[in-house]
Order: sequence, then structure tokens, then C-alpha cells
Amino acid sequence: MSRRHQNFRNYRQEQQLTQRRVIAAAFFVFLLAVTLIGRLFYLQVVQHELYQTKADDNRVMLVTEPPPRGLIYDRNGVVLADNRPIHSLTVIPERVQDLSKLQQTLSNIIPITDGEWEDFYDALKDYRRPYQSITLKSQLTDEEWAQVSVDLYKLDGVQVEAQLTRYYPFGEAFAHAVGYVGRINAKDLETVDQLAYQGALFIGKTGVEGYYEKTLFGESGLNKVEVNARGRIMSELERQNPTPGKDLHLYLDARLQQYAYDLLGDYTGSVVAIDPSTGGILALVSKPGYDPNLFVRGISVNDYSALRESKKLPLFNRALRGGYPPASTIKPFMALAGLEYGFASWTETYFAKGYYQINPDGRRYRDWKRTGHGWIDLERSIIESVDTYYYQLANKMGITPIHNFLTRFGFGESNLLDLRGESSGLLPSNEWKKAKYKEPWYPGDSVNVGIGQGFMVATPVQIASATSVLASKGHYFYPRMAKTMGDQTAEFENGLGDRHDIILKDQRNWVRITDAMRKVVTDSKGTARRLRGTDYDIAGKTGTGQVFSLQDDQEYDAEALDKRLHDHALFIGFAPAKAPKITVFAIFENGGSSSKPADLTRQLFDAYLHDDYPARYDYLKGQDNER
Amino acid sequence: MKDSLYRRVLSFTNARLWQLVHVDVLLMAALMLLIGGGLFILYSASGQDVAMVERQSFRLAIGLLVCLVLAQLPPKYMRRASPALFVFIAILLIGVLVFGVGAKGAQRWLALPGGLRFQPSEIMKIVMPMMIAWYFADRQLPPNLKHVLTVLGLIVVPVLMIAKQPDLGTSLLVAVSGFFVLFLAGLRWRYILSAAAMAPIAGYTLWQFMHDYQRQRVLTFLNPESDPLGSGWNIIQSKTAIGSGGSYGKGWLEGTQAQLDFLPESHTDFIIAVLAEEFGLLGCSVLILAYLLVIARGLYIAANAEDNYARLLAGSLTLTFFVYMFVNIGMVSGILPVVGVPLPLVSYGGTSIITIMATFGILMSIQTHKRAR
Repeated sequence: MSRRHQNFRNYRQEQQLTQRRVIAAAFFVFLLAVTLIGRLFYLQVVQHELYQTKADDNRVMLVTEPPPRGLIYDRNGVVLADNRPIHSLTVIPERVQDLSKLQQTLSNIIPITDGEWEDFYDALKDYRRPYQSITLKSQLTDEEWAQVSVDLYKLDGVQVEAQLTRYYPFGEAFAHAVGYVGRINAKDLETVDQLAYQGALFIGKTGVEGYYEKTLFGESGLNKVEVNARGRIMSELERQNPTPGKDLHLYLDARLQQYAYDLLGDYTGSVVAIDPSTGGILALVSKPGYDPNLFVRGISVNDYSALRESKKLPLFNRALRGGYPPASTIKPFMALAGLEYGFASWTETYFAKGYYQINPDGRRYRDWKRTGHGWIDLERSIIESVDTYYYQLANKMGITPIHNFLTRFGFGESNLLDLRGESSGLLPSNEWKKAKYKEPWYPGDSVNVGIGQGFMVATPVQIASATSVLASKGHYFYPRMAKTMGDQTAEFENGLGDRHDIILKDQRNWVRITDAMRKVVTDSKGTARRLRGTDYDIAGKTGTGQVFSLQDDQEYDAEALDKRLHDHALFIGFAPAKAPKITVFAIFENGGSSSKPADLTRQLFDAYLHDDYPARYDYLKGQDNER
Repeated sequence: MKDSLYRRVLSFTNARLWQLVHVDVLLMAALMLLIGGGLFILYSASGQDVAMVERQSFRLAIGLLVCLVLAQLPPKYMRRASPALFVFIAILLIGVLVFGVGAKGAQRWLALPGGLRFQPSEIMKIVMPMMIAWYFADRQLPPNLKHVLTVLGLIVVPVLMIAKQPDLGTSLLVAVSGFFVLFLAGLRWRYILSAAAMAPIAGYTLWQFMHDYQRQRVLTFLNPESDPLGSGWNIIQSKTAIGSGGSYGKGWLEGTQAQLDFLPESHTDFIIAVLAEEFGLLGCSVLILAYLLVIARGLYIAANAEDNYARLLAGSLTLTFFVYMFVNIGMVSGILPVVGVPLPLVSYGGTSIITIMATFGILMSIQTHKRAR
């Protein structure tokens, strides 16, 4: 600060220097301020729409509320598929400080398996909105629920959510008819509205549950809400309440179903009962069944492989998919075909030897009665189930009229209106054989088909349905499970329509053929004469389905054969014969004699027609008898 | 009419009363505009928290008091006290590193008796330019290389201490306030340009010495979408708030990003995004204009100050104030990396309000203590 020094300084110049610098700075300030406003202009004007969308996506969340699933009732108002509240343990990962610590804390409170944790972490990896909860353990027991609830306040991000879950009170006898719901998987999500199923736990997989999924599910509530950054709902912008699924009322009779299941005893087999005046299925039994509740929970690997590997094939729906030779139960239909096309008449007689030959020195097709039946006519051929009569009839007709006629009864095609997976069976034809075996149709093939053997295969539902058509004298109501959904009549997807009546050239033949079937029971030589003595008329037809073909000279010796190779025992029947209310088809796999299904059928008739079931079925009686 | 109104305003601002209490009316008016608007935004940004607005008002009132008190102090006393203050604050900074208390892993405060806490680095923002301006006050301008190097030394030492606390934002502002004095003192353009040319090399060298997490921060700045839920979240949400505001905004208290908490730190560092969302480009422009008014008046005061010390100090303080605002809006709108710099006089809390108001006290002192010519 020496005075000398100051003398050399040009203060004016220094002032101008700093002032110039201030001006330069002002210029930079201006430039940078313009840059800022330019940036804001870019964000707020140029990219406004993009960020507007982002802001809306941020704040608006669609929350779906799954509706309660419709219940499934039998014809008497018995609940076959119910909803029960369950409690699930869910976690909001964003609210959890330390997941591995939580894992430890939780496992001290209730058991959580490694698999459950794995599923949880898998779900965590999938896309989800922040603050959406992930299920850790579903279906807590009451005890677990209580234990968790006590400590819940200490467990940040953990909550217990109440949901409705499916419950099947009557288990295995109904599994194949009612079906089950299971957890929604990725494949299911491809076929449904993902948004609607967002909060849903289950989806109908099989049976009625599967077919009527849409009806039973209802419509998810859609809640458009404004959420804050922590996912908390701040306000409701728009709300659409869920529409509960519609209840289904089936034609099924719970008591009849359970009774039929029990009457099959230790046999595997199937029973299908139909109300011929509606096509409504009164019983749809495939034995053995399984506990459908296992699938609701998410079946364990052990349980599942046990079911899969069982030799009795409990998961196989025999009623829908079981392919059996209809055997002699086809004879009334063959007889009608013969009459329709003029190959048979009620008056013509035929001498039934113990066998039939196409050529004098050809193969001998044997009758079940080795000595033969002697002179018989058409009616008697049904009463006594004369094989040789049908050998010659089929041979005379050839396969084309047979195929055409049986097609009208639904053989060879699936026509069950409201269950999926029905097999079409096999009604062979010329063309079919050419395509399949590259061989022409031989007369011998027709001969076998004449008694419901050979290439012909039918499912229990098909045979029962065809029998119902017979019983109602040509009124063909396609078989169906559901009567009403909600207040409406059940609707079907397959476009078959409701009925498709069969008109014969001579409609009187309906009565005469059913008369013949009545005599199968009443006639002293009738093959089902053991069913005599009811106070209503039963019309029926027995059948014994060969599991393998006997050679010409082989004897059928039940004792010597492995049970697996025993004949299937079949019976079709309806009652009361003149105005049938119920048609039954029953098959006992490897049941040997047809007396077993015949007896079963009669017991079902007795119970159904007189509403007289053994007292042990009272729990399936239902309160609401109007339905 | 028009003429007389203009004259009346002029006579009001030049009134002797204001000279007497050492208030610069134009600067004060611009500040009041800014402060009033800031409180208005804060009410919305805080989620209509009246208590928070009251606390902020109280803080501003204290700041105003500090401003008025400092305005009474003639610049020559400030000049004399400058070196002693600088040394004192530098010692306090060492104290912070040794005895400091802090939060979130940073040591920024010294605990005072009575539970008060004191942040020396904040005061350094004022003391630094005072020191450099003092250094140049008796030296011929423009500075020669020796002086430049001395001044750089004076800047670097406290800046490194503050950076070590660590407090990147404050150390940056302290450094900048020193450099501005250097700039205003007439640092040769060729030095400035060559420093700018060196920047990429320096940047590359810095990158080599950076920790992984620091590199990650830089990368996240360059591409916020790469870490949408982590450090990118803030910038994505603030850009969304700003962009969705559009030209005129969604209306006061109607900004969904701000009101639904998508915007992080909406009442502190990111408060401009609230304004941008609710008042749009229009609101932002008005705010920036208010800042420019303050800065224009500050630069005017600097240009017309009596001596080199006052000129350099006033200019540096004003430009530092601008840097505050520029860095804050730049980071919130995504053109600068996120460093913790509040929007001056608008962001809630912080010691910075007091420091900034002290700055304006000094400016007013410089303007009002001029000898009549």
C-alpha cells in the first residue's frame, strides 16, 4: 500500500477493465438464462405431450377387483362348488427394508417352504408396478393367520389379504363332472383378458368350471385411481363395480351322481344318466375320481404324480373320453337301421345257428350262445341279443348305411354341449378305413360292427345320448350339463343348436323297438330279466364288450384271464319305458357279466323315479327343491 | 401523466429516507418479488404445510435483518476485516473436519452451545470473494501470473476442505465466487480459453481417478433412464413434472407430480419443478425474470461501485447468486448433473438463505455508502 506504487496505477483504466468484465458477465448471464428458458421451452412445449402422458401414467393406476365366482348347484339346489374366504400372506417388497431378514423373521412365526419363497422371488422378477403386493403364502390356516396377525405390526410391508377361494364339498365323485379351478398360469393368461384377471387367483380348468369360466367369473371391477408415488390410493377417478359371476344350475342330481359312483364299487368305469326330455345330464360319473380341492390349492408334485401314475387313471375322464366298443347295446340301433333302409322287417324270421359265415367255408363268427337261438324275428333278436342276426344284417347292409344311420344318433362325433374334451369315438366308414389303413372295407369289418365291436368305439356320453334319443322316440336333445346361468337359460358355444330330431320313414318303429327293449327285461329269455319286478317299465339292452378278440377256436374263460382282459360289462336302459324320465348308460370296465351295470341301472331308476335314495345320501338332498 | 408517474417512482426510489437506512429500493423490490413468489410456491410444494411456510418466512425475516444490518456497515470496514475473516473461517473449516457433526455421512456443521449448529462453509461463500477482492484492491489490474497463482492457491485450499466434508455443491460455489473475482479483475482471456481447452483432458484424468460409484453417478446423469428406480428416478420425475406443466401449467396446487409425491425433494432442491408443473413455462419465465432483475441490479451496483474492492466483491457476489440459480434449474431440468444446490431464496430451509441475504446486504452497503459526487 505504498503511495509510490499507487502513483503508477491508472484507476480509470482499472475501473473500465472491471466494468467491461461486468458487461461481459452480464452477456454470459443473459446467454445462460436464455439457455435455461430454451430448455424449459423444449420440455414444456416441444415435449409436453410425452411428459403429460408420463405424468398420467404415474398417477393413474387401474386396480381390478375380481368378482366373487358364481356358485354351481345341482338340480336340487345343492352347492357343488362353493366359495370360502381364505387369508393369504402378501408382501409389498418396496416397504421391506431387508428381504432376507424378513425371510428369517417370518419363518420363525409360520412355516414357509422354500418353494413358496422361490415363487415369491420369481414373481418379484416379473414386471409389476411399484408397491404392488406379491403373494407369499396363500391359504393360511386359522392358526397361521392368528400367529401372523399378532406380529403384523412389526413386519413392514407384510399384510394378510382376504380372498374367496373355491371349495368342492363333495370331492371325488363330482370331480369329472364339475371340474375344478386352479391357479392362473401364463398359458391361461393368453386366452383371457389379462386386465380382468389381474387380481384373480383362479381360473376354471376342467369340467363345468372350465366350460362356463366366463359366466362363473363375472366381470372384474375396474377402479381407476390416483395413486401417489408410494402407491397409496389418493382418490378414485372412476369406478366400475365388479359384476359377480352368475350361478350355474346344473341338471345334475347330486344324490344320483354320488349313488352311481358308489355303486360302481371297486370297479373302474363310468355311468352317464340323462333326462331324455331335455338332454340334461343327471349323472356323469367316471370312476375313480380325485379330490378337486387339491388342484385349487396348487397340487403338490407328489400328489400329482400319484394321480398321474395310478394304473386306474383317476385323472382320465372316462365318461367323455373313454373309448369303448358299444357291444350289444348297439343292436337296437342296428335294428332300426335295417328297418329304415329295408334290410330288415318285423315279420321276417331268421334261423340263428351258433355262428355266422359270410362264405360257406369262411371264418365262423360266433354267437354268444353257442347252440344258437333257432328261429327268431327282429324283436327276439333284441330280447335275446342274437349276435348272428346282426352279423348277417350288417353284412347285408354294408358299412355305408350303418355309418349314415348311426351318425344321426351322434356316434362318431362329439356333441356334448357344454363340456370340453369329449372324444368323438369312432364310427368307421369306407373312407375312414382307406385313409387310415389304406385298405378297402371288408364284409368282415361290417360283421364285427354289427354287434358293436371291431373298429367301432363310442364314449359313455355318446351311448347314453343315443339311448336317450331312442327313449324319446327320435327327439334328439344334445346332452348338456347346465340348465341355467343366472336367470338365463344356459348358452352353448359349439353352435350345434339345441335339438336335432330324427324322423324315421316309419315312425312307429320307435315304439316297436322300445317295446322290444322292454321285453329284454320282461321276457323270460330276456338278457336283463333279472331286472323284472319293478312297478314301472324298464327298457334296456345289455352288452359285453370284448377287450380283445377271441380266435375262432378259443374259449372265453374268465377265471384264466387276467382281470385286465376281462370283458367290459355294459348296459343301456331307460324308464319308465313308455314316457322315459331317465336314461342310464353304465359300464364296468372288465366287469365280465352285464348283470353288474344292469343292477346298477335298476337301483338308480328306483332311487330317481321314486325319489327314494338310501338315507346316507340325505346330505345331498338339497333344500331348494324347485330347481 | 406518464411522465409524472415515472418521476414519482424515481423520486420515491431516490428518496433520502432510503439512503439514510442504506436500502437499495430497486434491489429490495426485486428481492421481495422473488421471496413472495417463492413462499407462494413453497405452500404448494410442501403439500400446503402452513407451518413450513411460517418457518421459511421466519428464516427469510432473519435473512432480511442480516441484510439490513450489513447494509449499514460501510464497505471500507468490510475490506479491512476481509483477511482476518478469511483466516478465521478457514480455521473453522479445519475445525469442522476435526470436530464436525453432521448427517448422512457428511460433516458440515460445528455444534455451538445451546444446540445451535453452524456451517462455516456457507460463510466462506461470502468470505472467499471478500478475500480475493481484498487481495486485488491494492494491486494493479489486470493481475500478473504471480498474482493469479497466489489467488488460485487461496481458492483451492478452502475449497478442498469443503469438498472433503463432503459438500460438492458448496465447494463448487465457493470456488466459483473466487474465480469470479479473478475474472472481473481482468484475468486474461487467453488463460480462460486455455483453461477451457484443458477441461476435456482434466475431465479424462478425473475419470481415471474416480470411484466406480462416482462414475456411475456421471453415467446416470448422462442417461437417467438407465437406472429408473435408483438415482435416475429424481431427474425422470422432475422432467416429467416440468414437461407435463406445458405452457401455462396445471394450476396452483393442481400439479399431480408434486402433490402426489412423485417429485422428490419437491420443497427443497427440486422446487422449481413444482412451479414448472403448476404454472408452466409462463411461471418459470416470470421467476427467471425476477432473478434476472436482481442480478441486473447487482451488476449495475458492481459496475458503478467506488473502488476495485467494492466492484470486484459486488460483481462476484451477484454472479455467484446467478450460478446458484443456473445450477439449480439446470440440474432439475436435466442439463446439469444433480448436485445439491438449492434454488436461492425459494428452496425451503438451509443456511443459504441467511448467506444470500447477507450478500444483498453487502451489495446495498456498497450502493448506499458511496460518497456523493
